[in-house]
Amino acid sequence: MIWENIVLAFTSLKANKMRALLTMLGIIIGIAAVITIMTVGDSLLLYVENEMTSLGANNIMISLQERTDDANKFSAVMNSMMSTEIPGEKDLISIEMIKNLYNKYKDEIRAITVYDIMGSGQVTQGREYANVSIAGVSAGYFASEDHDMIGGNIFSVRDLEEGRNVAIVSSIVTDNLFNGDVEKAIGSNIEVSIGDKYYTYTIVGVYDYVVQSMQAIMTSSYDITTEMFIPYKTSVKQTHNNSGVTNFYIVAKAGVDSDLLANKIENFFDGYYRNNNDYQVVAFNMQAMVSMVSSMISTITIAISVIAGIALIVGGIGVMNIMLVSITERTREIGTRKALGATNSSIRIQFIVEAIIICLIGGAIGIIFGIIGGRIAAGILGYTTSPSISSMVISLLFSMATGVFFGYYPANKAAKMNPIDALRYE
Amino acid sequence: MSESIIKLENIVKKFYIGKQNELEILHGISLKVSKGEFISIVGPSGSGKSTLMNMIGILDRPTSGSYILDGIDVSSAKDKELSNIRNKKIGFVFQTYNLISRTTALKNIELPMLYAGVSKNEREKRARELLKLVEMEDREKHFPEELSGGQKQRVAIARAMANNPAIILADEPTGALDSKTGRLVMDLFHKLNKEQGITVVLITHSKELASETDRIISIKDGNIISEEYGGGTIVK
Repeated sequence: MIWENIVLAFTSLKANKMRALLTMLGIIIGIAAVITIMTVGDSLLLYVENEMTSLGANNIMISLQERTDDANKFSAVMNSMMSTEIPGEKDLISIEMIKNLYNKYKDEIRAITVYDIMGSGQVTQGREYANVSIAGVSAGYFASEDHDMIGGNIFSVRDLEEGRNVAIVSSIVTDNLFNGDVEKAIGSNIEVSIGDKYYTYTIVGVYDYVVQSMQAIMTSSYDITTEMFIPYKTSVKQTHNNSGVTNFYIVAKAGVDSDLLANKIENFFDGYYRNNNDYQVVAFNMQAMVSMVSSMISTITIAISVIAGIALIVGGIGVMNIMLVSITERTREIGTRKALGATNSSIRIQFIVEAIIICLIGGAIGIIFGIIGGRIAAGILGYTTSPSISSMVISLLFSMATGVFFGYYPANKAAKMNPIDALRYE
Repeated sequence: MSESIIKLENIVKKFYIGKQNELEILHGISLKVSKGEFISIVGPSGSGKSTLMNMIGILDRPTSGSYILDGIDVSSAKDKELSNIRNKKIGFVFQTYNLISRTTALKNIELPMLYAGVSKNEREKRARELLKLVEMEDREKHFPEELSGGQKQRVAIARAMANNPAIILADEPTGALDSKTGRLVMDLFHKLNKEQGITVVLITHSKELASETDRIISIKDGNIISEEYGGGTIVK
């Protein structure tokens, strides 16, 4: 009987293809939007996780922040990033403090990396140029960071100790300035302008910079700003900023609980900053940050999906509307069926099945569009993911539920028709 | 006379249009129809013959009175039981054919069997037999719109026969047909009546068609005014 109803539903939909399609449109748009958004959310999650774990999941980031009552570390970091307040020299984390920290927790710390942003500039050679942001880094930076060297070497101990004018640049720089000839670039001098000052560095290493597909679409390689690294001491010399840094990283030794270590570090710095009313030092491991960001993205994804799901309700109302029209049109058919022995419930089932079929087909088409849309959007982000089977199944169940919910009232109306009135209907 | 297949006793039907306006359409009709009889109910429009047909076809309930159809007291049956009785006991033939437009002739004939829960194979087999009976076997895949009026009515008659009903209730079956095809349809009723022993109740306003039947029941203003057997008339 159910099978017959399904066949029947298909024949009546076939009789009004255009109308059926338009009716489905609301469902299609709703489901496609939900699936697309969920796919993009997944992709974003993957993107963020990859980006952040490339900073080293076991790394602890220690950063100077404005004092805040915000209990959530992550939002505190966000706030301080947004802030235009520049810490004074007395507020900075001094090299002295870092040394003391290292001495205290020697057994747990594998490496300390200082990362000091010197500024943005332009590397030029002849007419060619590349945009860079210059960062002074200490020993250990390349150990904790995930940079794929394609030529030359990372800084030698002497480079770092003596503060030599050497640089490690991205493959974008060598592409722009040396036509991609990495060998030729190594050992070459480049001139870098930072603000109104010019500095000359010798390239000692080149790391591979992977252009994200979104960047490739929107920008040329001349517009991309990549990181250029110089030894920390060099940057201190050139900026004459000898007093300290705003943040640095610690790589914990294997087997060390980095959460615990982060707490110890915070307590350590509390000793220095207890009486500082403006700034404090916070430490957290990357893994904690990753999970914080991930849960935030998930929440946002669900919220937007719910909003997109409203389209489903609108679609469902469309289905109900068209079912009511269809029932009025088929009043005589309903009367005939009743005369031939159809019970109220068999008429009800017939129309509910029809509504379900409309919604299920709409849902299936929506899923297909959602997959396509999600692929395109995720492709732009550079992390292609497919919607999970469970999200597809849930979508189908949800569209089915929409069919039952919005099909019930019209179907019930049909079922309750008086056979004589229905037969007499012109 | 053999046993009564239809036994109406003192059937009254009132309609209520608004609270005050009570309209009595049937004023206590009693009627017995024997098994295998071919009767006709005639009367001018507004006489109550359609209402009587709805009573006989249990599409509507009488306000008072009793109705026993093929031994079943239907006046007290529930909606679901009524559906079942309509399905098994009554074959409807309408003036406007009332075939389901989106389905083929064969599927239309299968419909009452579908509601009776007959298996697919059996339905198809029986539907083909019926198509053959009405001489439409070459049209099983045709849709109603591809059939002429007479052909549609023959399919409708085949459909009415699907569950071997106790009676066929035909409401102006030739009303929308020209006299020639109307003749063919009437011949088919006679054939079913004679060969299959089906009880036929024909509702018509045509005295000519009525005169072909075993008994003519004339209705006027909600009362049976005469019953006419073959030759003699019994005026009530």
